[in-house]
Amino acid sequence: MHHTSSMALTILLSFMAAIALTMVSLPEWAISYRPAWIPLVVIYWTMALPQIMGVGLAWFLGLYMDAAQGTLLGQHAIGYAITAYISIRLHQRIRIHPLSQQTIAVGLMLLPSMSITLWVKGIQGQAPDTWLYWAPIFTSMIVWPWVFLFLRWLRRNAGRSRQI
Amino acid sequence: MKPLFSFGPSLTAKLIIFTIISIGLMTIDHRFDSLYPVRSVLSLIVHPMQSFVDLPVKASRWLSENLTTRQQLLKDNRKLRSQQMLQNARLQKLSSLGQENIRLRELLTSASRFKEERVSIAELLSVDLDPYKQQVVISKGDIDGVYVGQPLLDANGVMGQITHVNAVSATALLISDPSHALPVQISRNGMRTLVVGTGKADTLSLRHIPASGDIQNGDIVNTSGLGGRFPPNYPVAQINHIERPPGKPFAIVTAKPFAHLDRSREVLLVWQKSTLATTLASGK
Repeated sequence: MHHTSSMALTILLSFMAAIALTMVSLPEWAISYRPAWIPLVVIYWTMALPQIMGVGLAWFLGLYMDAAQGTLLGQHAIGYAITAYISIRLHQRIRIHPLSQQTIAVGLMLLPSMSITLWVKGIQGQAPDTWLYWAPIFTSMIVWPWVFLFLRWLRRNAGRSRQI
Repeated sequence: MKPLFSFGPSLTAKLIIFTIISIGLMTIDHRFDSLYPVRSVLSLIVHPMQSFVDLPVKASRWLSENLTTRQQLLKDNRKLRSQQMLQNARLQKLSSLGQENIRLRELLTSASRFKEERVSIAELLSVDLDPYKQQVVISKGDIDGVYVGQPLLDANGVMGQITHVNAVSATALLISDPSHALPVQISRNGMRTLVVGTGKADTLSLRHIPASGDIQNGDIVNTSGLGGRFPPNYPVAQINHIERPPGKPFAIVTAKPFAHLDRSREVLLVWQKSTLATTLASGK
């Protein structure tokens, strides 16, 4: 049913879109509220295709983002790897829940990686001194339904165009 | 080499391995410079993405420039010409002041510090980096001669320094980042101090000013040239708040940077021959 190469391409494109959304320049007031696009996409693919999307892929993606964002190498990597791990562990339980409950689960899944990132920043002496640091959890929860529906639509249509 | 696993590692094992690797990487990256080449390699795939994200902003700017009316362009042209004439007049004065400075220093038998520095313009990419670290990406890199530690200014003052150089782009740390300390001098009385970022684009903190220090609101702060990173006498900030808490040995002093750290689109890169701190005039 799925052509693996077109699925891999779909996954790649979805990550590229998430990376672009993470990098795009936002006005000053909006920066703290940016949803955690990449972890959300990681969570979706670990739930949908755990055989392709695993802890390793998430880790390398994090390393890429460390280079892209100017953070310590390994900072985002460990965050995404932990998110992927939690998501893979829980994916069978989360998949069957209605979207509203999934949203809360997603918010909770982002907590550990954000806490670890906060800790790492604190060690570097760069701990943000504002509660807004946690704002992305809430905005990510708000966008999750759309991310989920869009990626599911993409996944279901990935092999379709080949069959024409 | 002993194989680590007899068959595929379990999920938890994978996580533990990656955690250990991450901690190792972060520690090395934080303490040493050895991971610089790793970043450079990663930048080969990072930079295309950054350029891609910057493209729409660049395109819209190009579009708005090309759609300006001829009238507006003529007006802008006239304004820029008269501005340039005024700047040239000021530069003439600067040049003669520089000569006078050299002569005076020779009289005091102190080494001259007035040097012409090579400057070039670069553009900032419209890309957001980590929100809690004040960094920017510029569109010039190794092929343009950019080097690590190179000072970055905008039209109004000092902005920061280059921290990582790729082939065609570079990352710079701004002076507003809390991990950046800039050696400066109060222009009114020559008092030397450090300016450290606070994480906010409009506030810098001056360190180690004794409570009895001679410092006033409105004082201009320039680079002192100490440390050899930044050339001396470039404007940095203006002091806007002084607090002398009773019983504390140091004053709390903040300043507003001249550079538009959050708004500048074009920046200047300064090349300087490696000047170590030169001898200072006697009798200070």
